[in-house]
Amino acid sequence: MRERPPSGHADRQVWTGWGFLAPFMIVFTLVFLAPLGYSIYLSLFRDRMVGGNLFVGFENYQRAIADPQFWSALGRVTLFLVVQVPIMLGIALLVALAIDSGRLYGKNFFRISIFLPYAVPAVVAALMWGFMYGDRFGLVGNINEVFGISLPSPLSSDLVLASIGNIVTWEFIGYNMLIFYSALRVIPHSLYEAAQIDGAGQFRVIAAIKLPAIRGALVIATIFSIIGSFQLFNEPSILQSLAPNAISSYFTPNLYTYSLSFAAQQQNYAATVAILMGLVTMVIAYAVQLRGLRKDA
Amino acid sequence: MTSGNPTAPARRDRSSAAVRLRPQQPRQRSRTTRKPRRSVLLTVLTGLVLIYSLLPLFWLLINASKTPAGLFDSFGLWFGEDFALLDNIVATFTYDDGVFSRWLGNTLLYVVVGAGGATLLAVLGGYALAIFDFPGKRAVFAVVIGAVAVPGTALAVPTFLMFSQLGLTNTPWAVIIPSLISPFGLYLMWVFAAQAVPRDLLEAARIDGAGEIRSFLRVSLPLLAPGTVTVLLFTTVATWNNYFLPLIMIRDPDWFPLTLGLNSWNAQASTAGGEVVFHLVITGSLITIAPLIAAFLLLQRYWQSGLAAGSVKE
Repeated sequence: MRERPPSGHADRQVWTGWGFLAPFMIVFTLVFLAPLGYSIYLSLFRDRMVGGNLFVGFENYQRAIADPQFWSALGRVTLFLVVQVPIMLGIALLVALAIDSGRLYGKNFFRISIFLPYAVPAVVAALMWGFMYGDRFGLVGNINEVFGISLPSPLSSDLVLASIGNIVTWEFIGYNMLIFYSALRVIPHSLYEAAQIDGAGQFRVIAAIKLPAIRGALVIATIFSIIGSFQLFNEPSILQSLAPNAISSYFTPNLYTYSLSFAAQQQNYAATVAILMGLVTMVIAYAVQLRGLRKDA
Repeated sequence: MTSGNPTAPARRDRSSAAVRLRPQQPRQRSRTTRKPRRSVLLTVLTGLVLIYSLLPLFWLLINASKTPAGLFDSFGLWFGEDFALLDNIVATFTYDDGVFSRWLGNTLLYVVVGAGGATLLAVLGGYALAIFDFPGKRAVFAVVIGAVAVPGTALAVPTFLMFSQLGLTNTPWAVIIPSLISPFGLYLMWVFAAQAVPRDLLEAARIDGAGEIRSFLRVSLPLLAPGTVTVLLFTTVATWNNYFLPLIMIRDPDWFPLTLGLNSWNAQASTAGGEVVFHLVITGSLITIAPLIAAFLLLQRYWQSGLAAGSVKE
């Protein structure tokens, strides 16, 4: 605005910008903002058998905070994210660094092949791994047969969370690897030349140049992974038919809200749980962002 | 920099020469002056991740070729006695009066209208955020990004109730309309447009008397092509793979997308009296992923350069 001549030009630009953005914002309002507002509204009411909706203020929130099923679901996805996200991002980072180092044979083949699972729908991934986990015609069954042993079933209640972690890891290693790799590609060449003159080795270059340079990508990937973990739904929901005893209707917060609203018809309470989860997710994502980008500031 | 815009991300202050060089950059830049030596050890270690990534796809391909009996009595990672891939494909398309073709058609409809529309909205919106100054720009971005963190279910219930009051549930619109919004696509197009469209070129078009729409179509759109392909591919994947949204919106199997249909075939096995059709689930899964994998392989040059330019580097 500062450098622009004080003519009609600037005014025209104001409206041009909105003209291009308006279609997005109109649909966005319809499918994001309106439902969000309605959700908050729903969470403040209670549906009674007789007499319709009753305004109850924060009563639903008090109920959720004292709800052991809510805490159990939240605890489970927290455990999931603390274990699964570092493993997934760690492997993705190592692969990205390996491909970027130029020391691999056939690096383009690696890059595209490891990315391919991202194109597989969560439904197909969960079905595929679910069959492989199974002892009927799955790999676990095959291995038991061939070696005459009995491995613990990946679909048992002790292992099912780890088995889901494996599916999610498989789906997203390549995607995260590509984000990191793209960030590595835009590091200015001159930095490597300087490091070479200083006699820095490969690991020194990684620690002093590459990792700091892709910090933004690391933070973004971490935030998206945290959001994904808190929203875990598809994989457990599909595995449910293969492992009905191991995956309860409140296995994750999203499964819980889904069963509350569509099986139990408790739409007001479901909205409350969903909003609480949204708040938790935003607070943690924001904290990660602040911590991750602090040194850049 | 007459149309300076302080909120655009990334390196918009690069010289325009650098901007123009950009599309070739990822392919041609050599890493160091002396080429690093190839390492067998590193290749083998990365190969482990490669095997992990490809093994389930290999399993799917192998098992799509087996008869229902062969699924149970042959080793999972090699072919069974009969090679029944073609029979299975025919069976998948003919089972239950060919409902699978219907699901495939539905998925295509959702992708063409939903992902196509989402890409169009993201390109227009991202371009607006990158090129123009307008009040409320910062707020727009904060709201859009903040909304990504809201769980799907927080929106699902109220969206379902809203759509149900509008009489849209159980129709294709219930899947298509929410698919039209891709916050990630908007972000990617913003970053991409900020780098790929030189401001002086637009200024020249304006001086030549081109209106904003005309300069967008004739000058900017061709420059935005790699970013547009990237966004189109990612919204296509998101729509093709969508499960949660149709799960709540669609009850009528005639409007199922492939994902929901496959899951309903799988669930038949655990319902009383339901026919067990695991061979169709497996073959159907293979048919479901094949077009996306083909698209990624065929278009990789475009989307990878689009993603590299849009990569996040503060």
